[in-house]
Amino acid sequence: MIDSRFVVAVFSAIVLMLSLSLVVLFLTYFERKALARIQQRKGPTRVGYMGILQPFADAVKLITKEDIIPARSDKAVYWIAPVAVFIPAFVIWVTIPVARGVVLENLDLGLFYIVAVSVFSVLGLLLAGWGSANKWAVIGGLRAAGQLVSYEIPFIMSILAIAVLGQTLNLRTIVESQSQFAYGLFQPLGLFIFFTSGLAELGRTPFDIHHAESEVVGGPFVEYSGAHWAVFFLTEYVNTFTVAVLTVLLFLGGWNWPTMPFEGLAHTVLSMMWLLLKTVIVIWLIFWIRGTYPRIRIDQLMTFSWKFLVPLSFINVVLTACVVFYGLSLWFLSVLSVLILSGGFWLMKKSAGLGSEYNTVTIVSSRELMENVQPIHVADKDVS
Amino acid sequence: MKLHQQVGYDPDSVDLMINMGPQHPSTHGVFRLVIWVDGEKIVKSEPHVGYLHRGSEKICESERYNQIVTLFDRLDYVGNLNNELAFCLAVEKLMDVTVPERSEYIRVILCELNRIASHMLFYGVYGLDAGAMTPMLYGFRERERVQDLFQRVTGARMMHNYIRIGGVKEDLPSDFNNRMVTLLEDLKRGVEECDQLLSGNEMFLARTKNIGILDAGDAIDYGVSGPALRASGILEDVRVTDPYSIYDRFDFGIPVGTNGDCWDRYYVRIEEMRESIKIIENAMKDMPNGETLAKVRRIARPPKGEVFVRTESPRGDLGVFVVSDGSDMPYRVKVRAPSFANLQALQLMLEGAYLADAVLILGSIDIIMGEVDR
Repeated sequence: MIDSRFVVAVFSAIVLMLSLSLVVLFLTYFERKALARIQQRKGPTRVGYMGILQPFADAVKLITKEDIIPARSDKAVYWIAPVAVFIPAFVIWVTIPVARGVVLENLDLGLFYIVAVSVFSVLGLLLAGWGSANKWAVIGGLRAAGQLVSYEIPFIMSILAIAVLGQTLNLRTIVESQSQFAYGLFQPLGLFIFFTSGLAELGRTPFDIHHAESEVVGGPFVEYSGAHWAVFFLTEYVNTFTVAVLTVLLFLGGWNWPTMPFEGLAHTVLSMMWLLLKTVIVIWLIFWIRGTYPRIRIDQLMTFSWKFLVPLSFINVVLTACVVFYGLSLWFLSVLSVLILSGGFWLMKKSAGLGSEYNTVTIVSSRELMENVQPIHVADKDVS
Repeated sequence: MKLHQQVGYDPDSVDLMINMGPQHPSTHGVFRLVIWVDGEKIVKSEPHVGYLHRGSEKICESERYNQIVTLFDRLDYVGNLNNELAFCLAVEKLMDVTVPERSEYIRVILCELNRIASHMLFYGVYGLDAGAMTPMLYGFRERERVQDLFQRVTGARMMHNYIRIGGVKEDLPSDFNNRMVTLLEDLKRGVEECDQLLSGNEMFLARTKNIGILDAGDAIDYGVSGPALRASGILEDVRVTDPYSIYDRFDFGIPVGTNGDCWDRYYVRIEEMRESIKIIENAMKDMPNGETLAKVRRIARPPKGEVFVRTESPRGDLGVFVVSDGSDMPYRVKVRAPSFANLQALQLMLEGAYLADAVLILGSIDIIMGEVDR
């Protein structure tokens, strides 16, 4: 006799897997189209109507490719790395609600669980870098470790401020308590920190230093091919989706804000659509940043985290706690947040010496140069 | 003082030696840079060239003069016309040929267009080196426009073989003027768009400002030329200081940097594109009608002697030295390739840089391996 809970668990895991895969397939298409739009190209157009089936063609191509394992690699580590990256990205979804009733397990410690699981992803990248027996991969893996651990702190601290504001760690309750005003309105500072460090956690432009094509040739993934690489690829997009959804749930009111007046089935369906719409907007922002920004250097990345985001995130938590404890108006918090955020930007702009006076190139007229400089004449031809 | 002396390092004991290239995505060809890194900092670097050596100079000795023009196309394969021009100028000087006015103008117009196309390639690739994807597409869009025109005029998009000894291959097509009007409009807009997309970006500034500084003294000592030299603050442009063809008839600006860092080298090229457009506009205004090819024997036999000509190619001071023994093939051809000379300063600039900077520094001197290895 099989336990019915076991059957439900397996069934929901399969459903989750399938829906996440679908989301990823859609995201790759969406990203290619979005980038193409920014870059004045058309993107995929051949496979299916407007290239809509391109992700499936890509998937088939990746799966049927030869899976090369480098001769000198540490086989076990090399094999396990994609799995170690993929599992946390997948398992995190156990407690993320997409509508009031649509969640696998509504944990009371939901936020804590998410934070705990997401930290694991750095392990897989490090394993991949080490197992590949490739110097570029090692450098990439170490970069990933440094980067992900550094940005974990502001990431968690901004989540903590939300927990203070919502007085709970349960994601559904957090969303429900944003029915009047989204927390992003009270905490623009927190939203900025969460989104920025989320980008860094994802390794997305401008923080894509650990798999920077032009520097470390793909970093930890340099030796991977075929299905193994596909798993990394899948994970990257699942994570992108996760961060976007979390941004919406924590800061933009999830399905609840500004209003969701329906009940029953209509509520569930419309909630999911509303959440997805908001998520797509956040993801579009991520793609937009990818299309326009260059990447920053590792020391700048670390400076940005430790000297800018971390102090700001601590200030954010203390500020939120004070406002909540003394029962002040939450709008007071949002005003302070905006002030601190703009102050931080001003400081950053000032300290990096990136004022408007960046142009150090002057133009000299050729007439002027000709008059002032004695022309150097090469000896005339010598016919002997 | 070198970095490893400052920090008391013995470079042979540093943990990680990495081969950057010849199969690295951002070495711009088959260039190999061996670097020793301490974490992310470069302690020592060693460039290796020669992977694209085809013996072009030696092949020249067994080809007739007008066949050699095609070999020069393949040296700097991004600035083809400028290379053709350099060789043809050398042979014309040896033979005392006067080139028809019209073909002088055609040469200048096409060479400046070629410069824009080359700098647009630099712009795109430099964006990619810095990690931005979009500049690549913007740069190539403008480059395609120029290449489409080249295709119409010369019949080829890259290896033109259009500039001949004594003039140019054939007259311009009838719709040339109309196409140029639209092309120049598009290019002007394109340069502004490219400039706005990348130049002032805070992250780009943070990545390129004060990186890979090459001061004026070192630049001269290493024989650096072209935009890289001007970025270091030296006013030197062969088009002006040793004018060839009809460049002395035009008034144009020469962009000069102050710091000699990566950003200056980048922006000098952007400004140069604007100035090239000005030259082309003036040349289009004054272009006379008439012959395009002087009366030269089909198989050129320059008199005995030797000649050196230098021109300003998109990468810098391109010198061509030809020795003739009076036959229909040169006795010796030597090319002073600007990329090769500029590359020498790389080691100096890499001192104390980060691994990520190495890519940007190498990108900022804009080497073409076909020219470095010849």
